Amino acid sequence: MEKFEVFTGVGAPLRRSNVDTDQIIPAVYLKRITKTGFEDALFAAWRNDPEFVLNQEPYKNAEVLVAGPDFGTGSSREHAVWALRDYGFKCVLSAKFADIFRGNSGKQGLIAGEITDADTEKLWAALEANPGSSITINLVEQTATIGDLAVHFEIDEYTKWRLLEGLDDIGLTLRDEQAITDFEAKRPNWMPKTLPAKH
Amino acid sequence: MTNKPLTLAEKVWNDHLVVKGENGSPDLLYIDLHLVHEVTSPQAFDGLRLAGRPVRRLDQTIATEDHNTPTWDIDKPIADITSRTQINALRDNAKEFGVRIHSLGDAEQGIVHVVGPQLGLTMPGITVVCGDSHTSTHGAFGALAMGIGTSEVEHVLATSTLPLKPFKTMAINVEGTLRPGVTAKDIILAVIAKIGTGGGQGYVLEYRGSAIRALSMEARMTICNMSIEAGARAGMVAPDQTTFDYLEGRPHAPQGADWDEAVAYWKTLPTDEGAKFDAEVFLDANTLDPFVTWGTNPGQGISLNDAVPSPDDFSDPNDKAAAVRALEYMDLKPGTRMKDIAVNTVFLGSCTNSRIEDLRAAAAIIEGKQKAEGVRFMVVPGSAKVRLQAEAEGLDKIFKDFGAEWRFAGCSMCLGMNPDQLAPGERSASTSNRNFEGRQGKGARTHLVSPLVAAATAIRGTLSAPADLVDSAEAN
Ligand code: SF4
Repeated sequence: MEKFEVFTGVGAPLRRSNVDTDQIIPAVYLKRITKTGFEDALFAAWRNDPEFVLNQEPYKNAEVLVAGPDFGTGSSREHAVWALRDYGFKCVLSAKFADIFRGNSGKQGLIAGEITDADTEKLWAALEANPGSSITINLVEQTATIGDLAVHFEIDEYTKWRLLEGLDDIGLTLRDEQAITDFEAKRPNWMPKTLPAKH
Repeated sequence: MTNKPLTLAEKVWNDHLVVKGENGSPDLLYIDLHLVHEVTSPQAFDGLRLAGRPVRRLDQTIATEDHNTPTWDIDKPIADITSRTQINALRDNAKEFGVRIHSLGDAEQGIVHVVGPQLGLTMPGITVVCGDSHTSTHGAFGALAMGIGTSEVEHVLATSTLPLKPFKTMAINVEGTLRPGVTAKDIILAVIAKIGTGGGQGYVLEYRGSAIRALSMEARMTICNMSIEAGARAGMVAPDQTTFDYLEGRPHAPQGADWDEAVAYWKTLPTDEGAKFDAEVFLDANTLDPFVTWGTNPGQGISLNDAVPSPDDFSDPNDKAAAVRALEYMDLKPGTRMKDIAVNTVFLGSCTNSRIEDLRAAAAIIEGKQKAEGVRFMVVPGSAKVRLQAEAEGLDKIFKDFGAEWRFAGCSMCLGMNPDQLAPGERSASTSNRNFEGRQGKGARTHLVSPLVAAATAIRGTLSAPADLVDSAEAN
C-alpha cells in the first residue's frame, strides 16, 4: 500500500445521498476472481446515463469524489472500495459514511474523509463553477483545498496513521515479523506439515 | 495465577499467542494449518500478487477442489463458467505459488474438511483455518478451528497468523447413552434447536460428557461441523484415546519420538478440573429422539416423532414470525406429523455426514431393501478416498442395487451447485448442514436429517427412522 501525505487531483461532485454499495458496484460483478480491474464496474448502472457526472469530459479522470451523506451503506462487499480505487479515486469526501465501508477504505488505502453538510455544498459549488478543477488533499493537516476554499475533514487517528505509513492489515502484522519468526522457532516438530506430501 | 484452571480452548489459544493485544486490540495468533479451496482463495492470491508477497509457509498449506466440482463425468470439462473459472484459478495459483493441491480426479481430492483429517493433518492442540464456515469440523480433534473470509485467507497465506479478538467459552454437556437409531447428528440438531442459531455467538463451544466421549471421531466431526449453525466461532472436543487411535498411522500423523511427544502434550489439553465456562448447556442423551428440521434454519428442529409446530407455539415474536415464513416456504401445515412428510430426494453427503462411517451406517439400513417409488437417492462420498474405501467394502454395490446414484466426491447438493440441485418446490431429506431457503436449489425445501434417517426415508418415501422399518416389517 502506498504512503499517503498530500496529493492533488480532479474533484467530481456526486450530488446524491445514500449511495449504497449496490450502486457503487452491482452484484453481478462479484463473480470475478481478481482483486483489481473493477474500474468498469464502478457505478455501472449510473454510467449508462450520459448525464452522469463521471461521463462528463472534465470529470473522466477524477481522483476525489465529493458525495452526499450516507455513502457506502448496504452490503459489506469490499469490492465497493476496489472499484473506486481501480477507477482512480484516492479520496471520497462525504458528510457521513457507513461504518463497514469506512473500515474497508482504510484497509485498502482509500481516504474516507468526513466533512460537514455545509462544506459539502461549498465544494460542490466550487467544482461545478469550474468543472475539472483540482482538489488538494492534505492528510497530515486533514484539509481539502480548491483555490481559496479550504475545508477540514475528519478521519480517525488510527486510520490516518495507517494511511500515512502505507500499512494494510498484512503490513501491520508484518511489523511483528520478528515475533512470528521467534514463535516459529519454538514450535514442536510434531506439528502438521503438508510438505513433502505423503499418501 | 499461573495455575488458574483453564479450558481446552484457552489452552490452545494461549499456546498460539504470538503477540498479546493491548488496550482492546486483538491478539495475534499463530496458525498451524491452512486449508484452501477454490471459492474463497482467488482474490487472496491476487492480493499477494499485487503486493509482491509470497506464501509464508507452503509446508502448512494445502488446497483441494470441492465446492464446484462435478460429481458425474469428472473427466469432461466443467460446464458452468463460474465454476470452471474458479477451479482453473486455484490450479494456476497453486502452481504459481507452489501450494500443494489435490485436483479433481486425484485420489486425495474431496471436501476440504474430509481431506484434512483423513490425511492426519488435523491434530489436537493446533490452530486450523479455512475460508469456509464449516472449518469448525476440525475441532473434533481438540484443535481450534475457525472459518475465515477472503481477506483473512490472504492474511494467513502471507503471515501464518491472524489477529483475533478473545472469545467466551460454553460447555455443551451431553450425558447418558444414545438409544439405537439416534446419532451425533441428532445431538447437534437438538443442541441448535435448544440454544438457537445465534446462541453460540462469540463463544467457542466445548462438547463434553459421557455421550460425547462414547462417540467415534467421525461422529464428533459431525457435531463440531455444525457449531457454526449455532453461531459459534468454533466447536471442540477434548482429545482422548479415540482421537489418538484415529490419528495413529495416518499419512501425516507424527511418527516415532514425535508421536510420543505429541501424545504427551495432547494429554495435557483437556479442560482442567474447576475451570470455569462462561455458559453451560445440558442435554440428556438417554431421552433423545432422532431429530429433523421442519423450517428454514438449522435451529428449527424437532423430534421426528413430533408434529410440525404452529407459530403460536413460540412466545418470542421474532421466532413466531420466522415460523410463519418458514412454514409457508416449506409448504407445511402445523400439526402434520413429521413422519407423514413425503420427500422427492434423499441426499447423503456433505462435510457433515459423508465419511466412511456415515456411508456404512446408511448402507446397513438399505441393504436388501427396496427404494420408495419415485424417490431419488443421491450418495456423494466426502472424498475420493472415502469413495474408494466404500467400493473396497462393496458399499457402492449396496447403494446401486438399491437404486441410489453413486457419485464422485464433492460438496454437491449441499450447496446446490450446478447441476446437483433440487427443482423449485422439491423436498429433500438431506444429511447436510443448512436448510436455508434456496440452499439446495431455487425454491427447494430441505429437511436436515442423520444418515440413518436419510436411509430409512429413502425406503419409506416419508421422513422415517430405522425403527419405523421394524414396525412395518412386523405389520407384514
Ligand atoms: S459440503 Fe457443504 S457445508 Fe461442507 S464445505 Fe462443502 S458446501 Fe460447505
